[in-house]
Amino acid sequence: MSSATMTAPREQKRHSLILWAGLVLVGLHIAIALLTFVWLPYDPTAMAGGRLEGPSLLHWLGTDRLGRDLLTQMMIGSRIALIVGIGAVAIGAAIGVTLGLLAAFASKWLDDALAATLDILIAFPTLLIAMLVVAASDTANLWSAIIALGIALSAIVARLTRILAKRVLVMDYITAARTSGSSWPKIVAIHILPNIWPTLSVNFALQFGLAVIAEASLSYLGLGAPPPNASWGRVLQEAQGTVYTAPLGAIAPGIALVSLAIGVNLLADGLRDTIDPTRRAR
Amino acid sequence: MLFVLLRLLPGDPANALLGVGATEQQIAAARAQVGSDQPLAVQFIGFLGNIARLDLGTSFVSRASVLGEIGNRMAVTLPLTFFGFLVALALAIPLGIIAAVRSDKWYGAAISVISQLGIAIPVFWLGILLVTLFSINLRWLPSGGFPLKGWANFGEAITGMILPSLTIGLVMGASLLRYVRAATLDVLGSDFLRTARALGASFPEALIRHGVRNGAVPVISILGIELASTFLGAVVIERVFSLPGLGSMLLLAIQQRDYPNVQGVLFVSTLLVLLIGFAADIAQRLIDPRLRGRARTLA
Repeated sequence: MSSATMTAPREQKRHSLILWAGLVLVGLHIAIALLTFVWLPYDPTAMAGGRLEGPSLLHWLGTDRLGRDLLTQMMIGSRIALIVGIGAVAIGAAIGVTLGLLAAFASKWLDDALAATLDILIAFPTLLIAMLVVAASDTANLWSAIIALGIALSAIVARLTRILAKRVLVMDYITAARTSGSSWPKIVAIHILPNIWPTLSVNFALQFGLAVIAEASLSYLGLGAPPPNASWGRVLQEAQGTVYTAPLGAIAPGIALVSLAIGVNLLADGLRDTIDPTRRAR
Repeated sequence: MLFVLLRLLPGDPANALLGVGATEQQIAAARAQVGSDQPLAVQFIGFLGNIARLDLGTSFVSRASVLGEIGNRMAVTLPLTFFGFLVALALAIPLGIIAAVRSDKWYGAAISVISQLGIAIPVFWLGILLVTLFSINLRWLPSGGFPLKGWANFGEAITGMILPSLTIGLVMGASLLRYVRAATLDVLGSDFLRTARALGASFPEALIRHGVRNGAVPVISILGIELASTFLGAVVIERVFSLPGLGSMLLLAIQQRDYPNVQGVLFVSTLLVLLIGFAADIAQRLIDPRLRGRARTLA
């Protein structure tokens, strides 16, 4: 006990550092993404310079094999990544939370069936499920990728929601609310959602990171948004062939991707520690 | 379930077979040929019957046997998963234990931080970086590809496997490391370890005799999940290194709407995923006697 109280201020400082680092990284991407709506260095589809130019004052990150400005593409990539992340998490949360709550309330038989299905679905990587959904829609565009990722994420959210909701459902105050005549929808709104929300929201942040990486993988495989959308994954895939002459083209999108993913993960870690002080001891 | 999911996909496979500009008659003929003009129930019963006979059908596109093709592809994907898994284990177990035991030292903390990085790195980017370093700058290893003759050309096949396995192993090892570290931390704070120490066992002795067994149980269930997802995640890695494995077969089949191939790959992967889960379950029971008496639970 004594050691825990002694290290507490130091630990707390470390955790706020994690939270801040996450906020700065994610904030940077949000700022860049917002900036792209009002200003871009070059037209993203125009051939702004020579092919595969190195970094220069005119083109800070050089140009790609068609002569398009790489920095412009990176900035648009931030916008796409954030749209995909937010969209996929929103869809995943809407489907997942609903399914999870249904399973938690359902009869034992239905609950078992749902839980077993979710277990199998979770064993498949997000990317694979998303690939199938993308294959299902005839034309690949940004929305089909977002919907696909949202559906893929919903299994993870549903499973977590089910477990969390079941834990709350056995509490005495639920019984008390039932006996005092509250309806189930009211119980969900007043007692269950507020109780499971902190843990869920931390999980959403992690899912966001997952979605961004999965979208990049989809684009990398050629199943993401079509060409004018400069997703980081697509830029990477195009740059892979010219990695020998223009290594920056393959390095820059990767760094952008990793910085956003790490930022979101740090944010999730920081949030978890702020929300749930019992975990701080670890 | 798979069957229904796949048939729900819009886009008739017959269209994919013919391409744009086919006449109505040609489409009808192609449908009869692939059987997609029959009622779903008839298609489904045929599908079940075929699976029972271990016949996964023939590809719409190449007309080759799906099972045979899967077998060929497995010769790449299975060794790849296996080697990647070995690399991950070799990294994660010692480093995870060190990170936990020496969490107060700088290198313990450094290991944890680096493993955090490893989780955020997309696997294909790491692959490209490794290719840049080892094939382009150092020229030690091939950047990708697999000999046409397969494992008959053993030396070339092995060198082609090194970089992809390393990539998989590094990424998988990073996430595994966190679980090993957490499990070791749990063991370190346990009463039985303190008791063993009080009874005169040295610290490494206590950790090995009592710690490993206890720590292994949660790690094994994660191992099962990781192994399954590596196997399925091979899609991306095979693309980076242009390996002719199960993943590239699936990708191609999806692009061509070659349903028998998609279905076959998914069927075999689901089977493998379930088998791996089952094996992890049994391994846990062997290690932890307390689990043996319990009925199988759906965690």
